[in-house]
Amino acid sequence: MDVATSYHASGSHADDHHDHGPAKGLLRWVFTTNHKDIGTMYLWFSFIMFLFAGTLAMLIRAELFKPGEQLVNPEMFNQLTTLHGLIMVFGAVMPAFVGLANWLVPMMIGAPDMALPRLNNWSFWILPFAFTMLISTFVAAIVSDTAGSAPNFGWTFYAPLSTTFGPPSTDFFIFSIHMMGISSILGAINVIATILNLRAPGMTLMKMPIFCWSWLVTAFLLIAVMPVLAGAVTMVLFDRHFGTSFFNAGGGGDPVLFQHVFWFFGHPEVYIMIMPAFGIVSQILPTFTRKPLFGYASMVYAISSIAFLSFIVWAHHMFTTGMALVAELFFMYATMLIAVPTGVKVFNWVATMFKGSLSFETPMLFTLAFIFLFTMGGFSGLMLAIVPADYQYQDTYFVVAHFHYVLVTGAIFSILAAVYYWLPKWTGHMYSEVLAKTHFWLSFISVNVLFFPMHFLGLAGMPRRIPDYALQFADFNRIVSVGGFVFGASQILFLFIVIKTIRGGKKATDKVWENPQGLEWTLSSPPPYHSFTTPPVVP
Amino acid sequence: MATTAQQKIKKQLTLMLIIVMGMFAFCFALVPLYNVICKVTGLNGKPTAMVAAVSEHEIDLSRTVTVELITTLNHSLSSSVSEFVPRNVKIKLHPGEYVKTSYWVKNLSAQKMIVQAIPSVTPGFAAQHIRKTECFCFQHQPLAALEGKEMPLVFTVDPALPKNINTVTLAYTLFDVTQS
Repeated sequence: MDVATSYHASGSHADDHHDHGPAKGLLRWVFTTNHKDIGTMYLWFSFIMFLFAGTLAMLIRAELFKPGEQLVNPEMFNQLTTLHGLIMVFGAVMPAFVGLANWLVPMMIGAPDMALPRLNNWSFWILPFAFTMLISTFVAAIVSDTAGSAPNFGWTFYAPLSTTFGPPSTDFFIFSIHMMGISSILGAINVIATILNLRAPGMTLMKMPIFCWSWLVTAFLLIAVMPVLAGAVTMVLFDRHFGTSFFNAGGGGDPVLFQHVFWFFGHPEVYIMIMPAFGIVSQILPTFTRKPLFGYASMVYAISSIAFLSFIVWAHHMFTTGMALVAELFFMYATMLIAVPTGVKVFNWVATMFKGSLSFETPMLFTLAFIFLFTMGGFSGLMLAIVPADYQYQDTYFVVAHFHYVLVTGAIFSILAAVYYWLPKWTGHMYSEVLAKTHFWLSFISVNVLFFPMHFLGLAGMPRRIPDYALQFADFNRIVSVGGFVFGASQILFLFIVIKTIRGGKKATDKVWENPQGLEWTLSSPPPYHSFTTPPVVP
Repeated sequence: MATTAQQKIKKQLTLMLIIVMGMFAFCFALVPLYNVICKVTGLNGKPTAMVAAVSEHEIDLSRTVTVELITTLNHSLSSSVSEFVPRNVKIKLHPGEYVKTSYWVKNLSAQKMIVQAIPSVTPGFAAQHIRKTECFCFQHQPLAALEGKEMPLVFTVDPALPKNINTVTLAYTLFDVTQS
């Protein structure tokens, strides 16, 4: 609870020392309570996890390059898909958004730092330990014949796969989920406290940048549903070791209950992974269209209503579990209702571009790709929401295509756009536009080669989570795998671009872009260690 | 000034921690909540595990309902260990008419075991209309090594069963509950 102290102390001592610079040495990163240091660590951590889980995806695509068993046996294949999903969700996408929130929220609202800096340090440093524990099971499964399997039940860990049939490593998985949950909750509490308390004088909630709004709503979703996930894994732990029967019909429980509990967390979770992306896109678009965001207030209401609706649609993940018809109808219509606020957002983005004077720097390219491809992912989601159609699509590659369109070309593309947009601000150097555009076009083309044919594979009946497939799927799988390898390799180019920009390059101006709106552009590039030591005045 | 700002944050923190704790508790509350909702609405096809009182209500002779009886062995009992079959696989009855049937169970192993049958009804809405006055599924069933026995079931279908349901499937899954 250093808020008030750092907030007020910085005001009075601002003249004593010009800038509280970072401490020296490696321990700086361990003890730091600075929002920029912690944001940087979050972003690097998530990028490392992205590369690791991406490598697992490359192995999956290599296995699926040809029909038959190629590289890995079916047991290993299950571990690959499970860890790929878990690490991408909890290790890559979520920490990346928390990292962006750390870097940007204080600068956008005119605060010196986050409201709870020590908590911030803790919420980051839990993560490496959680993921070391999770990944250790995979390392053990590879190097030792006696260690048994890593988690192999899919990222959704349905009972009884994780209870009765879960390998011993499931307990490692359970505790790592507990730790990730604590980290996310603490991070979310910090964001809420910062936004509610540290806004510069004059910045009312409805004047706040839309990125802060999207994160405020996301943070509330996080504190509402991460405890439910913690409860779900705790029940799995109890069923495994303490003789309870939450999910065991023999003891009076119900395995379907697991799916209800899990998806009650799981559906808001998918919005946790896309709301900050909406915010990012709404920040970037006005800069490169040279127009203010169309329909600011309706954006805020759309985000809030999507958040509310996310709590009453969870059972659309379970249409084929033998639900009653009325329940299926309710969840179908409720799910389709989400298309309305989402449509409002897409309409507003298009309206922002309408008659604007557009320019196509790399952040804008990723933003446009986001709007186009995320909308496509949204439409395939609508198809999946139709109950009778879902009976056909369920557990096929159509589902895989759908959620990769919303998560890769949705969430990940927005993160890439955000990094290109704010990297000159963070580092003080411009990135190489030629390399960045190369990265964009490689990613954009390969990601569609990778995921678009999956729609057809799914419609033709290729099942998910299977290491082998019927011969008629061979050609499309080969195309998909090639797209996958190119997409994976082009992210190495991204790493190179980021490192190159950190090390040097053309000096960035304070504004970086032509006329960007927002308080972060009033700071120098790179910004001072403590963002706003005296609160700026917002007109 | 400093203290009021700090107090405000403390208040917000407490509130947020209460939300977190509350949602964690809510997750566990979902378990009884789910059971109550399913019982009231009959959404998941789980019949009550209670003896129904024999009531002398009218037998609805105007229609016939087919009850299909199926059995499954849970993975804890592989088919080499036990036998579990219904004596009748299909029973036609008038709603309100009591029917007696039985199931044959046999322990094929050399160990003593305790088994428990868990019923499930399809379509789910019919679950509340299956009335059992006697059922082996009400208790644990101990079986000595190599012991086989007939287990009785007396039931009827409530005349209140919706008219559009003509076939009801009553499925029993047999679980090994020896350990617990």
